[in-house]
Amino acid sequence: MKRVYMDNAATTALNKEVLEAMMPYLTDIYGNPSSLHTFGQRAHTAVENARHQVALALGADDKEIIFTGCGTESDNMVLLGIAERYKTKGRHIITTAVEHHAVLYTAQRLEKMGYEVTYLPVDEYGRVSAEQVAEAIRPDTILVSVMFANNEVGTIMPIKRIGAVCREKGVFFHTDAVQAVGHIAIDVNEMNIDLLSLSAHKFHGPKGVGALYVKKGIVVPALLTGGAQERNKRAGTENVAGIVGLGKAIELACAKIEETGERMTRLRDRLIDGIASAIPEVKLNGHRFERLPGNVNYSIKYIEGESILLMLDLNGIAASSGSACTSGSLDPSHVLLAMGIPHEIAHGSLRLTLGDDTTDEDVDYVLETLPKVVEKLRKMSPLYKG
Amino acid sequence: MYTEKVMDHFQNPRNMGEVEGANGVGMVGNAKCGDIMQMFLKINDDGIIEDVGFKTFGCGAAVATSSMATELIKGKSVDEALKLTNSAVVEALEGLPPAKLHCSVLAEEAVKAAIDNYHARKEGRTDEECNCVSCGHDHEHEHGEAEE
Ligand SMILES: Cc1ncc(COP(=O)(O)O)c(C=O)c1O
Repeated sequence: MKRVYMDNAATTALNKEVLEAMMPYLTDIYGNPSSLHTFGQRAHTAVENARHQVALALGADDKEIIFTGCGTESDNMVLLGIAERYKTKGRHIITTAVEHHAVLYTAQRLEKMGYEVTYLPVDEYGRVSAEQVAEAIRPDTILVSVMFANNEVGTIMPIKRIGAVCREKGVFFHTDAVQAVGHIAIDVNEMNIDLLSLSAHKFHGPKGVGALYVKKGIVVPALLTGGAQERNKRAGTENVAGIVGLGKAIELACAKIEETGERMTRLRDRLIDGIASAIPEVKLNGHRFERLPGNVNYSIKYIEGESILLMLDLNGIAASSGSACTSGSLDPSHVLLAMGIPHEIAHGSLRLTLGDDTTDEDVDYVLETLPKVVEKLRKMSPLYKG
Repeated sequence: MYTEKVMDHFQNPRNMGEVEGANGVGMVGNAKCGDIMQMFLKINDDGIIEDVGFKTFGCGAAVATSSMATELIKGKSVDEALKLTNSAVVEALEGLPPAKLHCSVLAEEAVKAAIDNYHARKEGRTDEECNCVSCGHDHEHEHGEAEE
């Protein structure tokens, strides 16, 4: 059976070149970067080289990059750290209703600790505006955290304008760019970004390694205390191979970011248009153009997301859904609900996300298979009167 | 996640579809919660379920439990069918993940709703009761009509 992986927003395949770059650090060069001897110093050099690769990709300085264990850790470190360090200035934080749980649940944790959090509502496409942010900023606001691009519907936020508002008002601006890095060109200075989270496994790097950009002059206290790694910002012996992989993956992704973006956008649009014309009563979730090059998200009326995924999987297609059954709760995705999509439509959402390795044949196969799957499930549905 | 039996019933649902001449029809659940089951029974004069069918909007477990429930009551008397429990459905499917147990409850209730409807029709009652199983959401008894 043909297998098509269209769940690249969940994670991506490790690039072969990235694996090759990592291999020596899983085998011969096993020294601890903190060690004085040659074994250690070679590992240390590799980590610093990767730091430079990440800094270059973001238009940052090497000293502004901290390696972490994942995107989630970067998000936690920013929210918890800024809250702790700047609490004398104020205890108010602004974020959005559609953030990843790494931000959302951490914000809720801060609320329990006595902080006040404003969750900005989004429009029907899942966007907040710079004006909304400006209105929400108060004298006691210490942080604005708005994701760069949404992991479910792919909507891209007006980051540069939001950053400008934060600059003007003197409030730190963090963006969870886990879904954007490696897919959209980012320059932290040009986009007025103070803090940025990223994760290697979303751009064909290894799992379990992330980074945090912290603009010079901002203090984010360590989440993990212990050794002096990462200039005392993140204790724990470095995941050297992972960090090398992150550096290589970001370098490769950014070197051909426009080319890949164009190719993926074309494939994405083939899917968006193809689904709309082959299947009646579907609704595209998210913005038609202001969206990640690799994201397709449709609500398919009268059927439920988990059964779509199961049946696609039986046909070799790996996808994802925001239905309650796949979220492990009674409610469908908080993102779709925040966009004003009714529960019953949100249950039938299907997310297809493309990667570097997605081909036209993959798109053909999905466009050929999905209508059959939908028809079979609709025949079973008491809601469908087709 | 699912047993082979569940996947089998999901892929090859038994007794799927409406039943011509059904004299007991019940629907439970609601679209807001993400699952609705509709059960069709054709019950003969001896009170035996001659034919049965289902339609389901829901996850893999919802489809499989409805399919299995139809298998378990087909050819049985109405009284026997009323004794169908959700755990019997789960057992026949060789288990369900804990988060999906409510689907088996829904299947049991769909059977009961269809039998209630059969009795109501026989007695000439027209006031169909609502058999919605609530998942905690308010809903306006629209019995699963998808709203825009
Ligand atoms: C927007 C966003 N933020 C954070 C994360 C968490 O990243 P990680 O899996 O590296 O912890 C993800 C990945 O699922 C994501 O999509």
